[in-house]
Amino acid sequence: MVNEVAVISGKGGTGKTTVCVALGKIAGNVVMADCDVDAPDVHIILNPSINSAIDFVASKVAVIDENLCTDCGLCEEACRFHAITDSTVDPIGCEGCGVCAHICPENAIEMVERQSGNLYDSDTRIGPLVHAKLLPGEGNSGRLVTEVRKLSTQIATDKGISIVLIDGSPGIGCPVIATVTGIKLGVIVTEPTMSGIHDMQRVSELLQKFRVKTTVIINKYDLNLENTEAIERFCKNNDIEVLGKIKFDPIMTKSMVAAQTLPEFAPDHEISHLLRKVWNRILEMLLE
Amino acid sequence: MIITVASGKGGTGKTTVAVNLALSIGPEKLLDCDVEEPNVHTLLHPTEIRTTTVTVPTPVVDQDKCTLCGKCAEFCQFNAIFVGKTKTMVFNEMCHSCGGCAIVCPEDAITETPRPIGKIHESTIDGITLAYGELTIGEPIATTLIHAVKERIVPEKINILDAPPGTACPVIETMKASDFLILVTEPTPFGLHDLSMAVDVVRGLDIPFGVIINRAGIGDDGVEEYCKRDEIPILLEIPFDRQIAELYSRGVPFVQEMPEWHQRFTDMYTHIERLIHNGK
Repeated sequence: MVNEVAVISGKGGTGKTTVCVALGKIAGNVVMADCDVDAPDVHIILNPSINSAIDFVASKVAVIDENLCTDCGLCEEACRFHAITDSTVDPIGCEGCGVCAHICPENAIEMVERQSGNLYDSDTRIGPLVHAKLLPGEGNSGRLVTEVRKLSTQIATDKGISIVLIDGSPGIGCPVIATVTGIKLGVIVTEPTMSGIHDMQRVSELLQKFRVKTTVIINKYDLNLENTEAIERFCKNNDIEVLGKIKFDPIMTKSMVAAQTLPEFAPDHEISHLLRKVWNRILEMLLE
Repeated sequence: MIITVASGKGGTGKTTVAVNLALSIGPEKLLDCDVEEPNVHTLLHPTEIRTTTVTVPTPVVDQDKCTLCGKCAEFCQFNAIFVGKTKTMVFNEMCHSCGGCAIVCPEDAITETPRPIGKIHESTIDGITLAYGELTIGEPIATTLIHAVKERIVPEKINILDAPPGTACPVIETMKASDFLILVTEPTPFGLHDLSMAVDVVRGLDIPFGVIINRAGIGDDGVEEYCKRDEIPILLEIPFDRQIAELYSRGVPFVQEMPEWHQRFTDMYTHIERLIHNGK
């Protein structure tokens, strides 16, 4: 049985990845999964050696045969995504639904497979890492996230590892939903700002909707103590455990610049100690 | 004129830039296109808000007419329709509203009805007309709502758009038809990596752009060196400053408390106008 734990945030830039890789290093025996396929950053710290790269093909794109096309304009009219103008397909706008190909009276439109990204199975100094990269402007981020999770779980099963630690993406849309569906525990990294609170509330509501056990880490908590209290109140009222509060400290950025996890860069720093406690608590919760 | 503020990496200060720029250059349209996690309103605190609901066409199957032939499910590229032994089911959240199932159904058993996916809130604060989308929690597809927010653009005015983070379809939907893109980054390895991905997207769209380095001084020189090497204009550097961070945490745009920044944002706008002009 493999348990998946995902670090998410709602708002971007609250410290998801920094916290996630630090926890991964502390854990020692996990498969890391970078599900922020839109802007993956875990590999910057973990410097993986890639075992295999897989093309991710999940959708199609319309291609019009100029020789058969009579410029009748029916496809342009039928396309709900405004992806056809003057008998030319905008591949970024095209969602691959196939309506144009279906209605074209000349059979001039073909739906061809297209690559939306790459999926990597890698090894790092702290263990296996599955990561991916969506090609610029592509849709299908949710499906690629699902592939990252599948491969991570597969590797964990093969190697007898019981935990997959996921670094999620900001937001609450398609990639985040694909990240949290069916996971065991969600860890929301937030910050004591008006936007941090607002976004944490929305993403915690998403986790509740998908019936995922929710926890919170407050990063840079001393930046605004009043807001930190507001977050703690919200968590208490919603039965969400606050796993830890991290002080604002430039050491977090310094470790990132050094391309190291915090426990590697500063093993005796108070935040490293705090994160060890956080990880132990996560392990307890997984056993409950 | 449409200026879009984007970033690649989340949390680099897109919203801070969009709001402070709007407050500095006068009464304009400000559109928050980060419909998953809209934040502009947490800095501008609108009070009188007009709200409209945004819907998407979603298929409804008339089970009496349906013969369970399965053509709709076969056609659907998004796995949004499942034909069972006794019933055809639609998974609303998976549906992209392409309309294909209704077209292919030989029995005319599928009609489309509007289904709410989010809201648009509009308000006027200090002369700035603000519109922001709010995607309903649990809805995966943001692009339709972003499209609806962008319908509020008034071409003859200056429109500032706050984009979602990342480089995927919601970002492209926001960037499309912009006259200029401001990419906000921070001087760290993550900031640099995600900036270079955003630059790849922007170059593909062929829109003039420049970079703002936020929290200057917290990391390394990688972003600055990258911009120099690739001849990308650095429009502004905002230093890391605990006062700016604390003001943000309280929901206060920093130009209101640090008036010297008014002029810097105004100068930056003049620079942007020149870059757009030179581009043409």
